[in-house]
Amino acid sequence: MTDENPQQPFDEAEYRRRQRVRANLMGWILGGLAFLFFFITMARMVVPT
Amino acid sequence: MAQSLTHGEMSLPADWRDLFALTKPRVMSLVVFTALCGLLAAPGSVHPVLAFSSILAIALGAGASGALNQWYETTIDAKMKRTANRPLPAGRLDRQTALQFGVGLAAFSVFLMLFAANWQAAVLLTVSILFYVFIYTMWLKPRTPQNIVIGGAAGAFPPLIGWVAATGSVAPLPIALFLLIFLWTPPHFWALALFVRSDYAAAGIPMMPVVAGERATRRQILLYAVVMAAAAIAPWPLGYTGALYGWTATILSALFVLLSAQVGLRSAGADDRMQPEKRLFAFSIAYLFILFGAVVADHWLPL
Repeated sequence: MTDENPQQPFDEAEYRRRQRVRANLMGWILGGLAFLFFFITMARMVVPT
Repeated sequence: MAQSLTHGEMSLPADWRDLFALTKPRVMSLVVFTALCGLLAAPGSVHPVLAFSSILAIALGAGASGALNQWYETTIDAKMKRTANRPLPAGRLDRQTALQFGVGLAAFSVFLMLFAANWQAAVLLTVSILFYVFIYTMWLKPRTPQNIVIGGAAGAFPPLIGWVAATGSVAPLPIALFLLIFLWTPPHFWALALFVRSDYAAAGIPMMPVVAGERATRRQILLYAVVMAAAAIAPWPLGYTGALYGWTATILSALFVLLSAQVGLRSAGADDRMQPEKRLFAFSIAYLFILFGAVVADHWLPL
């Protein structure tokens, strides 16, 4: 097995950069999912199941 | 604060590219394509949003399976050149994150399928994920050289799930497509196993060339290729597809058998570059893409 905390010491800039990228990405994904679920609901209303 | 953040006190958040790599994107592309073909070849029409969501669910399910596979095989991957640079063995990601990511993605994919399509497709998606993780990765792969023969069923699910997502029921054609991928998997993977044999041996994975030897593997490749070719062509005379698919399957399957014969009837010497094996492996990927494309073309452009 590998080390459970394999990362090496790091600088704050890299830490903040990754946090920012992940936060942005999560925002886009959640926004996308909100739209997707809205459109799925609309589609299911017009398509008989 | 930055200077006080050292190894052991706090770890870097995972890079999104490593999480993405965990989903095995290249494998996912084939899964998405075959699932899409299963969905498009189904009778009737599916609302584009529901079709997109179903395919997304299958893609996420495949990604989750890949992530859980890499989580479980971290030690094995570290021993193989081909996989040593993956995020987990390379130490860019910790196993706990990979496990949480995989389980979360799997649960979400099933929920999305249930919401966008039907319970039958959601059940099949669940079965395929569980089969890949528990039956193939944890049980078969480290124990038997038949691992990819039985485990191939996991990769054969996507067209069936695509079809069921569109129709809510199973029919002979998606079962034939399931069978096609099931029989395609052994020659595809054994061709790969022949030219990365030392990798598998180093990792202690009982792949066919490692356990049964090269000669037996070559014979099995040819045998499976012949049976697969018959299964690929069968939907045409059985009336499930038209001539467009039939001729495509016949020509490509003949080529597949020819390339398999080149592999099956030779023996590699020392310092062999394994060109026939690499050619068969590359062709097998194109084969599946073209054949599934033909299934869809045949459905929409009947000749």
